[in-house]
Amino acid sequence: MTILAAIGRSVLALLASVGRVFIFAVQALSHVVRPPFYHKELAAALLNIGWLSLPVVGLTAIFTGGALALQIYAGGARFNAEAVVPQIVAIGMVRELGPVLVGLMIAARVTSSIAAEIATMKVTEQIDALITLSTHPMKYLTVPRVLAALISVPVLVAVGDIIGVFGGYAVATGTLGFNPAAYIKNTVDFLEPLDIISSLTKGAVFGFAAALIGCYFGMHSGRGAMGVGAATKGSVEAAAMVILAANFVLTGVFFTL
Amino acid sequence: MIKMEGVTKSFGSNHVLKGLDLEIARGTSMVIIGGSGTGKSIALKCILGLVTPDAGRITVAGGTSDRDAFLARFGMLFQGGALFDSLPVWQNVAFRLLRGSLAKPRAEAREIAIHKLRRVGLGADVADRFPSELSGGMQKRVGLARAIAADPEIIFFDEPTTGLDPIMAGVINALIREIVTEMGATAMTITHDMTSVRAIADNVAMLHDGVIQWSGPVADIDHSGNAHLDQFIHGRAEGPIQPLR
Ligand SMILES: Nc1ncnc2c1ncn2[C@@H]1O[C@H](COP(=O)(O)OP(=O)(O)OP(=O)(O)O)[C@@H](O)[C@H]1O
Ligand SMILES: [Mg+2]
Repeated sequence: MTILAAIGRSVLALLASVGRVFIFAVQALSHVVRPPFYHKELAAALLNIGWLSLPVVGLTAIFTGGALALQIYAGGARFNAEAVVPQIVAIGMVRELGPVLVGLMIAARVTSSIAAEIATMKVTEQIDALITLSTHPMKYLTVPRVLAALISVPVLVAVGDIIGVFGGYAVATGTLGFNPAAYIKNTVDFLEPLDIISSLTKGAVFGFAAALIGCYFGMHSGRGAMGVGAATKGSVEAAAMVILAANFVLTGVFFTL
Repeated sequence: MIKMEGVTKSFGSNHVLKGLDLEIARGTSMVIIGGSGTGKSIALKCILGLVTPDAGRITVAGGTSDRDAFLARFGMLFQGGALFDSLPVWQNVAFRLLRGSLAKPRAEAREIAIHKLRRVGLGADVADRFPSELSGGMQKRVGLARAIAADPEIIFFDEPTTGLDPIMAGVINALIREIVTEMGATAMTITHDMTSVRAIADNVAMLHDGVIQWSGPVADIDHSGNAHLDQFIHGRAEGPIQPLR
């Protein structure tokens, strides 16, 4: 009985926090369209979230694409299907690994830093100070970061997809003896517009979720250094879970199209 | 100008304010004294709406329902400074002048910021530094400059002289007095420093155990006949206020 009660309580707590994040998201979106707009904060967030994430995204993608090519070759060789490497690398990278890995890297790099920064601002009364200076924290802190992630993460995913496919290409043509021109032709012929649309859609959803969750945990941080630590940890956990769950749902949706 | 009636606030089982009554007349300087952790900062935050009281009424004369317009009349120095560490000092001071309803051209805002910094004893050379590069006392003074930057009608100072040397504390006390007498602002200051109390206050209120134990003109504090106040101003360990040991 006590076990059931404990499970019930944690399920209720989870549902309550999902509800709170949802309300937070609606509030954030409602502020996106209402002035004032903080262009400089948006530019800084774009630089931080988009541009400065490029190295991490590029490295993640190239190693993953390379490893993928090797695995598919090894697996394919068991039933004489080594030739499918370009097609499977392309579809694996674009539809699945590109968006998911970029999303997780964004959760690690961006969600954590947003949560820690905003939580520190909260703990040191900077959020209170913003309010007394007639500046809405939602508009000044959340909206620029969420918008920047919404815009830049799909671009990062596109870059990750291309670099990942290139990683597969480099390994396949370099060590597995594939013909470069044929590899590229196979990749390009095989990919359909829907694959790319699904990749970019996932990027937008993951980026939005990653930034929003970082802001939410930061704004709701507890007091002191422990509060900041807990907010940061919680935000990365939640963002990673949400990204993986959303990936499953979106994959299902695109599967039926 | 500001009236608090029966304001209560608890954090869980910690009953911080238990029915606070306080009135501050326009153009006067009220100083709140009281032991550490008695809820002085919370009381200020209740007036600003940063903390929602559990019960009671707070009215500010000439109030509007528009929150931005309401807050535009206030300046607040936070106990910890609360400077934005992503912005250089002058942009901290001029924050309100760089955006929103009080926005001014950038050069003019910078000019005002440097002028306000000089009033709190900081040279123009700190304007382009970042808050993390300043000492604690300098940060406090930048916070003070930010609080007065837009010449607000009502100013709250949470421990303005804590962490300052006696000379600088004297400068800040004189500045606060000047803002009240020359610019007609209404000020509410929290301090533990009895020299500051005598320099700044028109009226004094002593907060202890969630309520105002004594309030009255500063001239009366030495013969108030109130045991709480007497113990506090003489810094005695014995009396109605029991320090935990
Ligand atoms: N956000 C909060 N959550 C829980 N308790 C709080 C919170 N803010 C303040 N308190 C508690 O309220 C009480 C009063 O705090 P407050 O900061 O108003 O004290 P203070 O009178 O300003 O003290 P000091 O002179 O040391 O600054 C303290 O016991 C503090 O622990
Ligand atoms: Mg305090």
